[in-house]
Amino acid sequence: MRSYLEKMKASRVLLLVLVCSLLLVSFSTSLLAQTDSDTDTPADSIPAIAAPAQVTDLKAFDTDNDHGHSITIEWTLSADDGAGAKSVISYEIMRWEPFVRDSVMAARDSLGWVQARINKFEKEIPLAEESLDEVLTGQPFLDSLSFLVAYDEKDTSFVLTSEYVDKTLRDTIAAMKRDLPVLKVRAPLLPARFDSLLILLPKEYGKYPDATIGRFDSVGTAVSGVTSHENSSAVDSRSPGFIPDFIDYYYRIDVQTSDPNIRTTSEIVGPVQSSGQWFNSGLVPVLIAILVFTILTMIFVQLAKKGMDLYVRPLAGIEAVDEAIGRATEMGRPILYVLGLGSAADIATIASFTILGRVAKKVAEYQTELNVPCYDPIVMAVAQEVVKSAFIDAGRPEAYKDDIVHFITNSQFAYVGAVNGIIMRDLPATNVYMGKFFAESLILAETGAVAGSIQIAGTDEIPQIPFFFVACDYTLIGEELFAASAYLGREPELLGSLKAQDYAKAVLLASAIIGILLINIFPEYGETFKSWFEVID
Amino acid sequence: MRRQIPILITTIAGLVFAISYFIPHDPFGESESIFGDWITIVQAFAVWLGALNLLKISFEKISNKTADWPYAAIIVVSLMGTLAIGFYDGYSGMAQDPQVSFRDPGTNFDWLYRFIYTPLSATMFSMLAFFVASASYRAFRARNVQATLLLIAGFFVMGGRVPLFDMMISPITDFPVFSWFADWIMTYPNTAGQRAIMIGIALGIMSSSLRIILGIERSHIGGGSG
Repeated sequence: MRSYLEKMKASRVLLLVLVCSLLLVSFSTSLLAQTDSDTDTPADSIPAIAAPAQVTDLKAFDTDNDHGHSITIEWTLSADDGAGAKSVISYEIMRWEPFVRDSVMAARDSLGWVQARINKFEKEIPLAEESLDEVLTGQPFLDSLSFLVAYDEKDTSFVLTSEYVDKTLRDTIAAMKRDLPVLKVRAPLLPARFDSLLILLPKEYGKYPDATIGRFDSVGTAVSGVTSHENSSAVDSRSPGFIPDFIDYYYRIDVQTSDPNIRTTSEIVGPVQSSGQWFNSGLVPVLIAILVFTILTMIFVQLAKKGMDLYVRPLAGIEAVDEAIGRATEMGRPILYVLGLGSAADIATIASFTILGRVAKKVAEYQTELNVPCYDPIVMAVAQEVVKSAFIDAGRPEAYKDDIVHFITNSQFAYVGAVNGIIMRDLPATNVYMGKFFAESLILAETGAVAGSIQIAGTDEIPQIPFFFVACDYTLIGEELFAASAYLGREPELLGSLKAQDYAKAVLLASAIIGILLINIFPEYGETFKSWFEVID
Repeated sequence: MRRQIPILITTIAGLVFAISYFIPHDPFGESESIFGDWITIVQAFAVWLGALNLLKISFEKISNKTADWPYAAIIVVSLMGTLAIGFYDGYSGMAQDPQVSFRDPGTNFDWLYRFIYTPLSATMFSMLAFFVASASYRAFRARNVQATLLLIAGFFVMGGRVPLFDMMISPITDFPVFSWFADWIMTYPNTAGQRAIMIGIALGIMSSSLRIILGIERSHIGGGSG
């Protein structure tokens, strides 16, 4: 034992010596390297960066197919970007801003802040009053408004002058100050007047290039190699960097190098205005597809109404519902129906309501017990109506009980825990899982399999389909879930829409085959064919 | 009338959404976000609807002494306890600087969240690993041709996802057979199958939406499919 400890001690000393040696060597090496570099490249010998070549072909235009408030800027790279001196690291997009815009926005934001204080805390009124005094008397931005001469486009008789803007600002602030004690009660939202003032600012207000009334501000940066930038804002005029439509803008691009003092300015382009479009032309293929599908649906609905026999292949999962309900009745055990984690706005959940109606009707007829634990309160409210209606349709309204459809929680794994508890305690004869499912799909389905229930599942969540497939007796795959209502209803309109779906699928399949053949045999035609399906959103 | 008004609302809302998809200009371009805000507000109120329903059902179970009433009692105690602790920790309001909220780190509510809720959720989620094993065992039994193909595909995909299998075969060939075959299965047959299902789902959603907008499908508002 002692010799072992001595050996350990010796090895530790050896290790310490080794580490110290390594540290010493690395320190000496770094010192040497530093000395070498100091000798080789003294700071004063670094060559100065030459001013990079400016960008060329600069264009600014309204962004296509958008809601407005966006301008796209395109350019050709500087000759020193990736070539030449290779000194370009980024491009700074500069937009000319008149001082008046900043002034109006600053006044609006200041008053908004003051009003928020008044509305929330009565005790802060003195503070708000003090702030208003500052805005009214001491703020330099009001002085910068005196240059504005412009007009309102809609009303030709109206002239939006500098005096008007100045007066509006001062009147508004004075009104706020005067009404201070009652603002907290009636909240007149006076700063909103500034929003309309911002929109009113007409296109001539800038009168670029008069540098005395504005300046170029940075509105974005693009890294080297990039040749376009979208200068956009939200529609809300209170959003940061809001870009009003139908106002003249001027842009330039500054080419930047690693030295912040060395940059090259491009020519200035403008004026350019942003505006929204009334049709997104990039979505033409989608529109055509919808129209074709709608026409197909209408044709088949009419054909079905005239008595045409429309074959729909059997859906084993739906066929099994009746059998499963019968089994539950025979065994005297309940049926568990899980609507998934989707909201009432999900089509999968709506399809699930249809199947729930069918199950509830049969349950009412067979006088079996039904349990529908819900994840979403709105889904619960809809499901309650569906089940209640089904019981009424079955002629057994008295059998409906409020606790058939009930809320559990909208926390994913807490919900899973609760449903698993129900499965293991109640041992339902049949579990039906229809709707949107995520990570909980296999946990639920496997627990049901352990409990010995017959299980029927259906979801449009592709990653969850394999889990249901292995753990359930019947699985509705994707579109079969949506077809269930038509399959169950057997009404001409519903079957017609189902048939249209089949034909649309055939059209898509044919298009895919034609595309594959064309792209391999006649590439030029293939590319044209492909472009017909391209969607630009 | 009880059915016609919901159908009318559904049709109008559906058409507005369909049109706004193609029109970026105001007010259509913003309709989705406006409706989104409405949904958020309705959902905020609906949470109370759900909580009250949960309490009602739980109290009924407790008062009727049904078989699983102790679980209902735990639900009520947990719900009330969490609420009480949240209220005790409080919220200073947005105007207070700095804001103090029951959700801040270090509060009693945060303790409940971190040391009770999160571990319980993680426990439920971790059960997935065991269920994957049991489901795989059931799925990968070579009962027929399809199941055998699934077994072979599963063997290669799982083998290709760990370096051990390629390493084991390296004395015979340098070519990574398992990872290559796994990638091939995932890239071609698997992607093709998934896309086929995806196309079917997209058409199914389109068809269902059309049926709902046109008022052909009415079963979701109760009482039969037609």
